[in-house]
Amino acid sequence: MMVTAMMSKDAALGCDLAVIGCGLSGMAAALFAAEKGFSTVQAGVSGGLIFASGLLDVMGNHPIEAGHGWVDPWAAIDAVSNDIPGHPYARLTPGIIKESLSKVVSFLGKNNLSYVKSGENNSELMTPLGTTKTSYYIPQTMWEGVSALKEKRPGLVVGFDELKDFSAARVARGLMGQWSGLRWRNISLKGMVKTSSLVSGDILARDMETAGNVKNLASLIRPHLKDAETVGLPAILGMKRPQEIIEKLSLELGATVFEIPTTPLSVPGLRLNEAFTQGLAEKGVKLFFPERILSWEKEDDGAFLLAMGQGPQKKWIRAEGVILATGRFWAHGLRADRDRIREPLFDLPVHQPEKKDEWHRENFLDLRGHPANRAGLEIDDQFRPLNRSGEPALEKLFAAGSILAHQDWMRMKCGSGLAISSAYAAVAAFSNMRR
Amino acid sequence: MHTQALIIGGGVTGTGLARDLALRGVRVLVVEQGDINAGASGRNHGLLHSGGRYVSTDPEAAKECHRENEILKRVAPHCIEDTGGLFVAVEGDDETYAAEFPFLCRKCGIPCLPVDPQNARDLEPSLSSRIITAYRVDDAAIDPFKISLENIAHAQKLGGTLLCNTRVVSVEKENHSIKTVRLANVYTGKETIVQPEQVINAAGPWVGKVAALAGLKIEMLYSKGTLLVTAHRVTGQVVNRLRSPGDGDILVPGGTVSLLGTTSVRIDSPDLITPTIKEVDLIVNEGSRMIPTLKGIRYIRSYAGVRPLLKMDSTLDDRSVSRGFTLLDHSCDGLENFATIPSGKLTTFRFMAEKTADLICEKLGIHAPCLTRTEPLPASSYGKWTEPALGPKHWFGNPNNDPILCECEMVPESTVNNIVRSIKEKDGNLSLQTIGLRSRVGKGACQGTLCGKRVSAFLEEGGHIKEYDGLHDIRDFLQERWTGERPVLWHGQMMQAELKEALYCGAFDLEMDG
Repeated sequence: MMVTAMMSKDAALGCDLAVIGCGLSGMAAALFAAEKGFSTVQAGVSGGLIFASGLLDVMGNHPIEAGHGWVDPWAAIDAVSNDIPGHPYARLTPGIIKESLSKVVSFLGKNNLSYVKSGENNSELMTPLGTTKTSYYIPQTMWEGVSALKEKRPGLVVGFDELKDFSAARVARGLMGQWSGLRWRNISLKGMVKTSSLVSGDILARDMETAGNVKNLASLIRPHLKDAETVGLPAILGMKRPQEIIEKLSLELGATVFEIPTTPLSVPGLRLNEAFTQGLAEKGVKLFFPERILSWEKEDDGAFLLAMGQGPQKKWIRAEGVILATGRFWAHGLRADRDRIREPLFDLPVHQPEKKDEWHRENFLDLRGHPANRAGLEIDDQFRPLNRSGEPALEKLFAAGSILAHQDWMRMKCGSGLAISSAYAAVAAFSNMRR
Repeated sequence: MHTQALIIGGGVTGTGLARDLALRGVRVLVVEQGDINAGASGRNHGLLHSGGRYVSTDPEAAKECHRENEILKRVAPHCIEDTGGLFVAVEGDDETYAAEFPFLCRKCGIPCLPVDPQNARDLEPSLSSRIITAYRVDDAAIDPFKISLENIAHAQKLGGTLLCNTRVVSVEKENHSIKTVRLANVYTGKETIVQPEQVINAAGPWVGKVAALAGLKIEMLYSKGTLLVTAHRVTGQVVNRLRSPGDGDILVPGGTVSLLGTTSVRIDSPDLITPTIKEVDLIVNEGSRMIPTLKGIRYIRSYAGVRPLLKMDSTLDDRSVSRGFTLLDHSCDGLENFATIPSGKLTTFRFMAEKTADLICEKLGIHAPCLTRTEPLPASSYGKWTEPALGPKHWFGNPNNDPILCECEMVPESTVNNIVRSIKEKDGNLSLQTIGLRSRVGKGACQGTLCGKRVSAFLEEGGHIKEYDGLHDIRDFLQERWTGERPVLWHGQMMQAELKEALYCGAFDLEMDG
């Protein structure tokens, strides 16, 4: 009924706020909007979250060229706000950032995804590449890995022959130099789960929820346990209630158990996606996934008419305000032509290096980062993107997340904090304008 | 170590010469500072010329190309895709050149059939509607990696030896000949002393350096050529611009992709050359005059090679300097057992090898005819996996217990295992790059993002190398890929690059490790 109704402009689906994008910033914006009581519509093509490791980074590295990792993210935010006034964090206070994060974490907790942190500090944990990284909010399923790494207790990393996106050898050998008591072992799940050469993490994760499989897994691991007090496994221990599986497995083995992120397709990312999708629907957000916003028009009263869909059949949304959380290149929020970077939906001006020659450095891992990654939208204090004369492009158009300029989330390790806090600020600004 | 013939350089010339000599019963040792085809031989179009390209500038080279084109199609068909080729002129091109082309071809004995422009577009629908003249020729695509790997595999089967990652350190002379050559492994520093009867310098762009070790001066010119790899194959045949050789005027199919090039820029040193954004722009703009879609399609990488040219007349431009080969017998410089092949072309490598082997055999007092003209080049497991479609074909045969390690090119674990085994058998250096050179690993759209990590894990898990430093290997591999990706980062490939960095830096903090 509703869908048929949206087929013409006159019958557009009306709402207070339309959120474009379904990565972390879009999800957070929809949550904050719903919590403020706005009628909210969200549309996007899934992309970002299924690649997410599940960790919520807030701020870890600045200045990036020094390769300086911070234990205290709040001190790092203070430093980056001073040094790079255009950084989105410079428009926010630590109080606002903390508030926004704790709202999201509490929402996720209510949707069966618990997060843990170490006071107000970053924690260090192992990556599937055998490196270590710091992050702020850690999924509870990974938490034991933080103390295991800190204390270097005798440990075992277990991989599965059937899962090529996680290598126990890679993890253990990468950490060999700093953690001599860490062993690795591959086991085969043949017979236990339906396997083929194309197994991905999500299939295994759902299999783990089948009755008896945790016991079976424990009996496969037990012979290799020896002196290990802690066991790391790829993050595939269930989709809906992984913490329960971990506790069961831990009891069976008599050792602590923790998950290590995998490369995409990432189960912790899928868990985030499911938790948000379900929780937002329960809060009354109207979700349109996967749908792309194709174009927009401005109504006489300043409202936005957004055309959504694929091909000639369009659906229409009428919104008082819009939050643009469309991400960067991977998610089509920005588009790189041969000679310039542009914002394809609203054709907003994009801050960027002057010449294409300057987009990327010759060394992929150059500590200074690639200038193209600091390209993005310039905003005002209300998180409204600016037009070519430096004024807000549209009165009630806001932007949030990685599309913003003057940040390099991949190098500064600030992606999740930036996504969530900028979404919070954008929704708050919209709310203030309505009063 | 004693050897009858020491060949310096494991490119298409050195490996081709090794096979030719081995077939004549000569014991050969090939030393290569990097890996097979690590230099110019691995950084070209993979074009088996019909000869048409050279009819106006170098008729001798054109005739040689035509002859060798026919021979190679006969003796090494598994390394060649006999695509055929077109020469096309577009509006605004020199019409006199186009009009003279068939006569010049006929003079060189090169088959060349006029094709109506409309028919040409029926054959290759992506051709521009502004084509005014078209000719059909016998161009083909040749896999330069496969041909070198097969040549060296055959030479080794016949008793020859290959030392990769090995550099010539010094040369000792005595009584007008080279007595000993000192070699060193570039990683371990381990030295090997060779007493060669004959030494052949086939070091491509580095022949001057090698000659200098023997106290001789060979002056070389270096011309850099940049090429682009498209994400998908654009044409069925080779397409050449019908004009005096210039930039961005040849498109060659390379299995599932197409290769567009080149440029010609004089450079001072053949080391560490990388493609630039300016060159890429020039190639795309020129190429799109023949095939307009080349402007809008996705490119997955670029690469740059060096044309080594013997300095003879510096007033000529680099494409006009004869690409036909010269064989330098250093007897006239006072070294009886030393020869240099300073430059040449992929298409005529066999002929160069034949002429060089004739000279070496004469010096060795061996009377044996050249067999490479008639003896088919055997297919081996060593060169097998460079073929794009073979991985998937192999995998579909038994998919259940064979995980895919590289999804873009569908390379299964069993294939990687095969390659690892053959590299180990030949005492090669195992790394992501040596595996990549012998397979399609890392060559697809993701440029190593996922397969790099998986293949490295496979090496760790199998304990294939004792002291394998996986993170170091991944870093080197990512950087090697990046050099080619950087100039083509727009549209889809920009997205891929972001995914790569999001993983390796965003999620793994690789830039901060170590």
